[in-house]
Amino acid sequence: MRTSWTYPKVATTVGAVILAVVWLVPLLWALDTSLKPEPETTRSPITWLPNAPTTDAYRSVIDQGDLIRWFLNSSVVSVLVTALTLLVSVLAAFGFSRTTFPGRRVLFGLIIAGILVPPQVLIVPLFQEMTGLGLVDTYWGIVLPQVVAPVMVFVLKKFFDGISRDYEDAARVDGASRWRIVWSVMVPMSRPILVAVGIFTFIGAWNNFLWPFIVTTDPSMMTIPVGLANVQGSYGLRYAQIMASAVLGGLPLLIVYALFQRHVVRGVGDAGIKG
Amino acid sequence: MQRPDWKERWSGLFFVAPFLVLFALFMLWPIVSGLWNSFFNTSLAGVKHQFLGLQNWQDLFGDPAVWSSLKNTLVFTAMSTPPLVIIALVMALLANRKGLLGWLLRFSYFAPFVLPATVVTLIWVWIYQPGFGLVNGLLTAGGFAEIDWLNTENRAMLAVVITTVWWTVGFNFLLYLAALQGIPAQVYEAAAIDGADGRQQLFRITLPLLSRTTGLIVVLQLVASLKIFDQIYLMTNGGPNYATRPVIQYIYETGFTSYRIGYASAISYLFFAIIVIVALAQFKLFSGRKEAVG
Repeated sequence: MRTSWTYPKVATTVGAVILAVVWLVPLLWALDTSLKPEPETTRSPITWLPNAPTTDAYRSVIDQGDLIRWFLNSSVVSVLVTALTLLVSVLAAFGFSRTTFPGRRVLFGLIIAGILVPPQVLIVPLFQEMTGLGLVDTYWGIVLPQVVAPVMVFVLKKFFDGISRDYEDAARVDGASRWRIVWSVMVPMSRPILVAVGIFTFIGAWNNFLWPFIVTTDPSMMTIPVGLANVQGSYGLRYAQIMASAVLGGLPLLIVYALFQRHVVRGVGDAGIKG
Repeated sequence: MQRPDWKERWSGLFFVAPFLVLFALFMLWPIVSGLWNSFFNTSLAGVKHQFLGLQNWQDLFGDPAVWSSLKNTLVFTAMSTPPLVIIALVMALLANRKGLLGWLLRFSYFAPFVLPATVVTLIWVWIYQPGFGLVNGLLTAGGFAEIDWLNTENRAMLAVVITTVWWTVGFNFLLYLAALQGIPAQVYEAAAIDGADGRQQLFRITLPLLSRTTGLIVVLQLVASLKIFDQIYLMTNGGPNYATRPVIQYIYETGFTSYRIGYASAISYLFFAIIVIVALAQFKLFSGRKEAVG
């Protein structure tokens, strides 16, 4: 039954592969450069593959020290942001989807309006607030503002709205409390979208540059994106080392993404943001 | 009987309370205090607090740096949005297949999106280097003259746009891919029975069915592009000669380098208003079209 290889099919496959290669070249070029001995990186004309591959650049980057600390900071921050975002967004989405209380519609409208607020325009007053609260250069200072994600509440509420109330009623008949219904009915039934929301939140938190850049001044509190921003200056023209830092800074997310790709693609569909 | 009643009426609030507290503290409060600040002359430490009335707002309109940074932001948005929508669509059409090849294509197209801005810009600043960078290496190998991309006024923005498209097109690609996978196979089977070839199926079925997704992607992309800061700050620091400085960088510099909090807040609000207007206008267009189609 399979259709044979027609001309358009071959052409689109070739086109798809060429585009994929073009998209991968910058990554491969960075990896390639990181494995060159320093003098070879600035040779002209450019060499494609290192003549004598070496991991010297990686060793000196790791020995110089801060990268591991930044990596740790990024991990703590991203895990906290993801866990807290999921927690408060799931609860809020459940509250708006399944309970009634005075002012519910007004509050939900307010949160939806919050989707329009670009966090970038709040950096100045937010920094003042953090100074007042004594949270500059702390994990909580980096984390808390990122937990406020109205769009997640919106997406999850929409998903919860689509879950039949029969499941809930059945659980209620069995004597489940509302807390129980959240954890034993709603959460398991929305696992795919929670995974997707979680992955996007994690990527967003790991990659966030502007806010951690504003709220950290102490190099030992910086996340990878902020710390790496200083690298170029401090390493001078040692491109192999710069690229080694870039590879180390990007690799963890590429691995996470490769492992969860299926969930990411499906989750975007499930989120119903396709309209 | 009083207590269960009260409980029934208000207990739902407990579920939304944690989010609301954070929302109030880290979104509503900064919005209000930012607006308040815009009427004062305030330093970062909040020591001086002198009421200025509308002075900051008046200064705004006479400040060429505000307008040039707004112009740069709009130029970036106008240059980046079309390729970010069109290339994403092409990628989704190409990668919508099963098997290992489909997986590899999806991985390659989306991979850059998961990288931090700093990693992306470290790689691309290196790629744009004169002398030994990849782009100029290819140019000279092809017999063309080198370009000092990031230090040439009318090239720097293009360089940033190319980097941005490479980095962020994956997200739009994913939205298109999800929409494509949502089109039922029967639609194509029926068309094939009616004798529609591949090209007709693409232009008569696929693209029209994707029009709502396109509307959504354009809205999201315009708003995202208007918020440009990270890659420009890291690649050109707004230069050369302020030719690429976007409005968020001007807000940052006004607040954190010149310590003019009140003035930075006023610029923030002008910018905020522009984003809201663009989003609402687009949303209106978009929902109007939805009614026309549906």
